Amino acid sequence: MSTETTKDESFENSHVLDPAATADSQETISKEITSVHEAYRQEVIAGKKAETQPRINFAPYRSSLLRYPTKNLHHVDPETIELCSPAFGQRDVHALESDLTIQHNGEPIGERIVVAGRVLDGDGRPVAGQLVEIWQANAAGRYIHKRDQHPAPIDPNFTGVGRAITGPNGEYSFTTIKPAPYPWKNHHNAWRPAHIHFSLFGTDFTQRMITQMYFPGDPLFSLDPIYQAITDQDARDRLVATYDHSITTHEWATGYNWDIVLTGSNRTWMEDEEGDH
Amino acid sequence: MSQAPKLKLAPTPGQTIGPFYGYALPFEKDNELVNQANPNSVRLHGVITDGKGEVIPDSLLEIWQADENGNVISRDGSLVRDGYTFTGWGRTAVDNVGHYTFTTVNPGATEEGKAPFIMLTVFARGLLNRLFTRIYLPEDTAALAADPLLSSLTEEQRKTLIATREEDGSLRFDIRLQGEHETVFLSYPRES
Ligand SMILES: [Fe+2]
Repeated sequence: MSTETTKDESFENSHVLDPAATADSQETISKEITSVHEAYRQEVIAGKKAETQPRINFAPYRSSLLRYPTKNLHHVDPETIELCSPAFGQRDVHALESDLTIQHNGEPIGERIVVAGRVLDGDGRPVAGQLVEIWQANAAGRYIHKRDQHPAPIDPNFTGVGRAITGPNGEYSFTTIKPAPYPWKNHHNAWRPAHIHFSLFGTDFTQRMITQMYFPGDPLFSLDPIYQAITDQDARDRLVATYDHSITTHEWATGYNWDIVLTGSNRTWMEDEEGDH
Repeated sequence: MSQAPKLKLAPTPGQTIGPFYGYALPFEKDNELVNQANPNSVRLHGVITDGKGEVIPDSLLEIWQADENGNVISRDGSLVRDGYTFTGWGRTAVDNVGHYTFTTVNPGATEEGKAPFIMLTVFARGLLNRLFTRIYLPEDTAALAADPLLSSLTEEQRKTLIATREEDGSLRFDIRLQGEHETVFLSYPRES
């Protein structure tokens, strides 16, 4: 894990040239979001199954326009390699990598928090011994990344990158600093709600996912086209951590709980079926 | 195949990887599943493009595959490569001109007569959820013809999933998220 700005980055100022950047107003974006959501609600009333994932074709998120596949995903039954996942272990990740507040000589600025929870599969079984990676902005909303040109201070004591291996019950815990919202180029006056990026592995590689965890009550939720690309309110709520006083520690850090559910493993039921023949 | 059992819990939604993963996810030798000095090493490379044919430099790819004998490996050490341990998994941040490279081996067939393939996962800014696809090796034409996925595709679609073998032995596999020759991306049972 690099604790300094990546040296071979050469994207400097490329944010200015982002062809997807628009001068649309928040009002325009919000109207588009509302109309997609309204159409979805009508479909659900008409009996359609609730959606659990974001739309990949979601125009209010302007950079998605040329980057989503236009054809339907092709349904396939997984084969051997797809029913397994790479193995990670203590050799890959040091125990201290889950504490983002001790990576430098001094204490980072901001609100110290603990984010803890479990990684489960779609059957509710714990995903044990798997890799969890996180990255995030600092307490001022700034990433240690050359492409991040937001004029907020860099914290020399905070990189914002952590890793952990889940325990036997799928549990993980990160000690970090609460990230701040930050502006971006999607439209005029666009701000992302505060979030932590999470990368997860399951028991099957088909469960691989990257997502973002949000904090309860963020006033930016309704305005954000990335969060709102999830059309279903219950599904959106699943990305929001819960304040948990049992995780909060006396005179040290406030605590948040966030459990992650991956899609269903296909190994067990497919093997059972093979056994039937 | 019978019906996959229903999920007990609703899965957590995915979100885009965003633009700022570059200091977090890449690591040393992340794209070297084997050392280049390995006599059986193969270069897997290509470009990733959008609906206008423009390259997508802000994307991250991962591959997961069997070893040369078709064995699925369950060995740690992917994040701290020692140059000897084949773990079957690799990651790479696409470069400024949308090009990627992995150093790996040709996967063997996991079962007799099956067409060998490498599993590929695509993440990118602008892509709201990850995409899965397969990179098939071009050689075993009988196995390719019998492959259930490839057989269910049109000739045009099928071509997007089969890598090209270059003169030096490299595998070339381009990824097109949208537009003409759009890559076939996959969904699996029990995603919702
Ligand atoms: Fe972010």
